[in-house]
Amino acid sequence: MKKLLTAAATVALASAMSMSAMADKLKVGFIYIGPPGDHGWTYQHDQGRIAVENKLGDKVETVFVENVPEGPDAERTITRLARQGAGLIYTTSFGYMDPTLKVAKRFPDVKFEHATGYKRADNVATYSSRFYEGRYVIGQIAAKMSKSGTAGYIASFPIPEVVRGINSFLLGAQSVNPDFKLKVVWVNSWFDPGKEADAAKVLISQGADIITQHTDSTAAVQVAEEQGVYAFGQASDMAAFGPKSVLTSIIDDWAPYYIARTEAALNGTWESTDTFGGMDSGMVGMGPFANMPADVKAMAEKTTAAITDGSFHPFTGPIYKQDGSLAVKEGEILDIGTLLGMDWYVQGVDDQL
Amino acid sequence: MTAYETIILTVITASTPLLLAAIGELVVERAGVLNLGIEGMMAMGAVSGFAMAQVTGSAWLGVLFAMLAGVAISMLFAFLTQSLVTNQVATGLSITLLGLGLSGLIGGGFVGMPGIKLDYVAIPVLSELPLVGKLIFGQDPLVYISILLTVGVAYTLKKTRIGLIIRAVGQNHHSAHALGYPVIKVRYACIAFGGLTSGLAGAYLSLVYTPQWIENMTAGRGWIALALVVFSTWLPARLAAGAYLFGGVWILGLYAQGMGVGIPSQFLSSLPYLATIIALIVISTNRRLSVINTPASLGQGFVPDR
Amino acid sequence: MQLILEKRAQASAIMNVASPVLAILLTVILGGIIFAAMGQPPLKALYIYFIDPLTNMWSIEEVLVKAAPLILIGIGLAVTFRANVWNIGAEGQLTAGALLGAMIPIFFAEWQSPLALLAMFALGMIGGAALAAIPALLKIRFGVNEILTSLMLVYIAQLLLDWLVRGPWKDPHGYNFPKSVAFDGWHLVPMFGDGRVHLGLFIALALAVVLFWMMNRTIKGFEIKVIGRAPRAGAFAGFSKTGTVWFCFLLSGALAGLAGIIEVAGPIGQLQPRISPSYGFTAIIVAFLGRLNPIGVIFAGLLLAISYIGGEGVQIELGVSDKTAQVFQGMLLFFILMCDTLIHYRVRFLGAKGAV
Repeated sequence: MKKLLTAAATVALASAMSMSAMADKLKVGFIYIGPPGDHGWTYQHDQGRIAVENKLGDKVETVFVENVPEGPDAERTITRLARQGAGLIYTTSFGYMDPTLKVAKRFPDVKFEHATGYKRADNVATYSSRFYEGRYVIGQIAAKMSKSGTAGYIASFPIPEVVRGINSFLLGAQSVNPDFKLKVVWVNSWFDPGKEADAAKVLISQGADIITQHTDSTAAVQVAEEQGVYAFGQASDMAAFGPKSVLTSIIDDWAPYYIARTEAALNGTWESTDTFGGMDSGMVGMGPFANMPADVKAMAEKTTAAITDGSFHPFTGPIYKQDGSLAVKEGEILDIGTLLGMDWYVQGVDDQL
Repeated sequence: MTAYETIILTVITASTPLLLAAIGELVVERAGVLNLGIEGMMAMGAVSGFAMAQVTGSAWLGVLFAMLAGVAISMLFAFLTQSLVTNQVATGLSITLLGLGLSGLIGGGFVGMPGIKLDYVAIPVLSELPLVGKLIFGQDPLVYISILLTVGVAYTLKKTRIGLIIRAVGQNHHSAHALGYPVIKVRYACIAFGGLTSGLAGAYLSLVYTPQWIENMTAGRGWIALALVVFSTWLPARLAAGAYLFGGVWILGLYAQGMGVGIPSQFLSSLPYLATIIALIVISTNRRLSVINTPASLGQGFVPDR
Repeated sequence: MQLILEKRAQASAIMNVASPVLAILLTVILGGIIFAAMGQPPLKALYIYFIDPLTNMWSIEEVLVKAAPLILIGIGLAVTFRANVWNIGAEGQLTAGALLGAMIPIFFAEWQSPLALLAMFALGMIGGAALAAIPALLKIRFGVNEILTSLMLVYIAQLLLDWLVRGPWKDPHGYNFPKSVAFDGWHLVPMFGDGRVHLGLFIALALAVVLFWMMNRTIKGFEIKVIGRAPRAGAFAGFSKTGTVWFCFLLSGALAGLAGIIEVAGPIGQLQPRISPSYGFTAIIVAFLGRLNPIGVIFAGLLLAISYIGGEGVQIELGVSDKTAQVFQGMLLFFILMCDTLIHYRVRFLGAKGAV
């Protein structure tokens, strides 16, 4: 046992020396809620991390910790990265909000970036993505491509981001077909392929001929492919899982943001900011438009362009809530506060929150 | 396909992995062994089957390999619980941990690949029959295998000498030993069979249900299979009925949501678990149903006296 | 080659001590081989895994924070498993305890006094015990297998928590995100020093000593051991099997519930959809690793905590998947069970001469 200890101590010394040799690099840490192998949310963040490594090469060293539970473990992991010399730390799940702020207070010299939260500090920036922009576009496509006039929506958890997506999708669809119907199934998980597949099958049996999802696995796309209905990819390009069924995918692309912010940290121009990036910033991208006639594709491209250049906002009035009351007046745009905390459905959703 | 066909097909695909995993465990428990490692064996089956199918391009080879993987990991369990008489509950849990962890390590390189799906077997002519054609004659092959296995196990346990020996071993291992039956060997064989069907259940997930590999894709199904065995009072026919009933309740929850019933989804999601508890109560209160088939030596280690 | 077990007349005293050491050694060796197979330097990986967490104050404190709930739940389960009662649902009881205890900060935010914290602890224990009472009742009244019912209740308790924090109990000023109000003042478990070590650790250690005393010095402990080992003999001695089942479930449920409210009111500081990274399940390993002995559980809880912290270190420094931690825990349990056989049996290989 003693021998083992001395051997281990030697190794430790060696590793400590090798670490100090790379001290002038910027160490960038990432905290993940899931495994990079989920092919969804965490996968896309990890793609962003890899892009940072590729782009900035020798100037940075990236490290990540996967499957970090929200709570005390997150606080410890973030602290650990900060203690081990990370200069910039991305915490990529909503539940890391309070832990990130707590750690940031203790490490004023380390810069933190928290995804999808709303609390900031001098050294804590927040960033999120306007996924709902993409959902408006796919809503329009859905209404054009659907024969039954009903889409099925596989949803994860009733948080504002998901509710916002459902509303945006339906508003897009109603802009094409005012009678368009939406059925929602909550699977209470970001990630359960079997359950997502079952939900897709059930929705199809109830008359939906378009399947869209706010869950991370590709299972629903596979079901759509098999049953001959259309589907949309989520988070990453899922066309490979449904070559005949995927109309397009909403792609979370964190790479441009991560590269820009890491560069800012490198040249000392980093500031605490609140980024709510959409199509204009490249954070939300659309996969190739496929399996649709030219006029539908043209419409989708036109809407995408209008959202990108800012001439159109998906939540432009008139918007009616589910109970029939007017939420946004004609010509006005929903205020950002309501958008961020959205907890009501627009008219036409066949579900209750 | 009509709506009712889709629903029934959905129920069948949701139930089949449960039935596959549970039918093996039923045999294991009949021989007096409690293996809580189903979840881990399923995960190993799922990843091995998927990997093999990707490498060779053949889903069937994948299925075969998944069964082998299930058997291999079940042999670890057998060695500990049978040869070294360790506590079966704890050993089963360690198998679950090992299986889930190892499958994640092995599967790292296979994430995000579209899988190879096991083709449907459409029996010509018959599958074209109205109403029942597609349902009875157009399933994926593992569904038929699961039914054949259920029938086979029922027959073997009830009518054959092998079945008699298995039951004797599970009922009272000391008397079985006195009668000259090789208690430990029989249990090894039954545990291997349990590993085989759990591997098969895993393959069903990664090659049929959702043809892809994702970490933790078993999502607790192994535990439900375990509950089904108790629910069945160790009778194969009742096990099949239980599996389909459970699948039905599961799909019903999703169906009710799609119809826009205003019940919080968390309550609908908890229905299958509540249903299991209630079913267990009903079965257990009926002494006539439960006592007769309960393997008396369940979960106890056996060391031959000498 | 055939393996034959011979029962020792008396449990081997040497093996009793040697077996956990041997198990850890085997885990370390096989772990090294796995690291090497993954192309990682095995010694360095093992150092980061098992020793590095103990080399500075910060990570020692973090180990203690992580170990506290594991020990608290583990000691209850150790007693329970001794009685041959199988409560697998501690994770659910932890959730129930957290839920009930959290009602004070959520509904009586103004009630700021040490009594409020005590009331939270009491409610936490009641919540855990209440959920644990269900499988106990079903087992005693209807003979339903407690492994399955206690496990099913885990999912139900978690879904209930999920519904509450997304619905009725969510922070009204939290932009509809799923979390309760942040607890403060006397609704938080006191912390020590500038780290995160909290009162919960000391409660866990104290209760471990109490349970150790109970198991070894009281009639109740004797009763539990007799019922667990030989129920029929227990019945002759006038011990009640039913009473033991009740006692074990309520005790382990209450301790899990206490762990739940301490986590929520301690390191987390509010209710959120997931409050435990499977402490309730990991505690099962802890109980066995501690040889079902409350003092042993303390060491086992610390070891498991080290493996979590070390597992993170390996991820950060070597980029190894966190699944290795899971595999390590599985291996450790596996080997400990294997080595425990040596305490009660001699193992002889047929054909070989020596015996171990």
